[in-house]
Amino acid sequence: MTCLPAHTDKKLGLVIDLDTCVGCQACVTACKEWNTGGHMAPLTDIDPYGGHVDGVWFNRVHSYEHTTEMGGRTVNFPRSCLHCETPACVTVCPTGASYKRASDGIVLIDADKCIGCKLCSWACPYGAREFDTDVGVMKKCTLCVDRIYNDNLAEEDRVPACVAACPTSARHFGDLGDPRSAVSQLVAERGGVDLMPELGYRPTNKYLPPRAHTQRAASVPAKPLEPVRAEGGLLGWVDRMLSN
Amino acid sequence: MHPAFSVVFFTTATGAGYGLLALFGVLGGLQIVPADFWLGFVGLGLALGLIAAGLLSSTGHLGRPERAWRAFSQWRSSWLSREGVASVITFIPAGLFGLGWVLLGRTGGWVTIAGLLAAIGAIVTVCTTGMIYASLKPIAQWHSRYTLPAYLIFAATTGSVLLNALLQSFGVGSVAVLVLSLLATLAGWGWKRATWRHNDRLEIATTANTATGLAGGTVRSLEWPHTEENYLLKEMGFRIARKHSAKLRMLAQALAFALPVLLLAATFALPWPVAAIPSVLAAIVQFAGMLVERWLFFAEAKHTVALYYGR
Repeated sequence: MTCLPAHTDKKLGLVIDLDTCVGCQACVTACKEWNTGGHMAPLTDIDPYGGHVDGVWFNRVHSYEHTTEMGGRTVNFPRSCLHCETPACVTVCPTGASYKRASDGIVLIDADKCIGCKLCSWACPYGAREFDTDVGVMKKCTLCVDRIYNDNLAEEDRVPACVAACPTSARHFGDLGDPRSAVSQLVAERGGVDLMPELGYRPTNKYLPPRAHTQRAASVPAKPLEPVRAEGGLLGWVDRMLSN
Repeated sequence: MHPAFSVVFFTTATGAGYGLLALFGVLGGLQIVPADFWLGFVGLGLALGLIAAGLLSSTGHLGRPERAWRAFSQWRSSWLSREGVASVITFIPAGLFGLGWVLLGRTGGWVTIAGLLAAIGAIVTVCTTGMIYASLKPIAQWHSRYTLPAYLIFAATTGSVLLNALLQSFGVGSVAVLVLSLLATLAGWGWKRATWRHNDRLEIATTANTATGLAGGTVRSLEWPHTEENYLLKEMGFRIARKHSAKLRMLAQALAFALPVLLLAATFALPWPVAAIPSVLAAIVQFAGMLVERWLFFAEAKHTVALYYGR
């Protein structure tokens, strides 16, 4: 049923640290590698070696330039399903293919019920859902539901593939419904934020903004550029001779 | 938003079809329009034909059309599911009305009830179509108080102009229906212009800042996650140049409203059967204009996901 559960026992989700993400795309490839054989498999690629590459990915890393009065900086920004508390992608689904689990809050798609009407992707403001033109159904992040409860994996590996792959520990996984969990405390400590809070989707995933610019860093002014205008005198003559 | 022709045609055709069905149901059921076999056969056939063609066209948008029957199940939460249920239920009174009014030539009693129920079903179905778009928060141009009335007004506009064309063609032209079609066309024109004015002045609270959680200053897209256009950009990153948008708005207004107004006004002055010519032309030109209007409805709508791509 596409009506939302009134309450979920857990609110499993991700906390993404925009301060430490280096934009290496390891989470992107790890996600693709796991999920193309996982719960929502396959993650079809169309024309993968041609000029018009297209395909289904659950996780995309953008790069932005954030400029404030304190200066500018590059921010790498991973974007994936936020497993919202009030996901309109679920309620608009006409077939019951999309659902939010009452046990852990994960938003999933039953690929056998999806008719590929694409309305859920219109209803998601974050672009978390991607249509698989080859299979004709919608696909999305499963929070690696087939890893996090997988008894065949060692306990430390029971986290989403993107979290396991991150070399800078910019991605954290846990229960955001439990205020004592490590992820909840991290969000509280670092002032984690919701994306597009004004739309009221109440995303579970939180983003930790980059830390404030510091004044303590050593000031290393760069040397002025060499003059581009030709010099006179002996040095000018040498320069002209060597330039010929 | 990408203007998929299957959906553009679907909403335009079913809008006109349900408008015509509702008018036949009320005016035929209450014996304002006389029961005539050929008028009813062609008229109701056109209404139900437009609806059926539109619904079939909409399945062309689906990735797995063979599972379309599943869409009738989630009416408790989904406007799309409600639209499916309402459209199918409306065929029941519409079919009964056609049986009684057209084939048996009867009016009054159960035929009138069936006609009125068909009209209610048609209005409810158009409302559900409008709500599919009006309920989508990520698209500010659609998530507005203008969207639902627009679908109802345009259904009344195209339905009444079609009804007038049919009545004039069968020599049973009615001044009341002619006036109704003229007023509905003017109302549609006014509503569309008001909608465009509202959308052009829209101040959208969602920005690249709120989309990325980066407060203050400016957020500029430096690099996309991929080199080629993906599903998100093809489906929701559609952009239309401002100059084309302005030209298409003029074209939509000329075809959907201005020309039909002139042609309907000419109908007043002409005797039958000549009066049928401008009436039929008005309906054809208006349908083409509404297709342009609906294409623009999609092309000018901007989804929040475009913000992530700096669009």
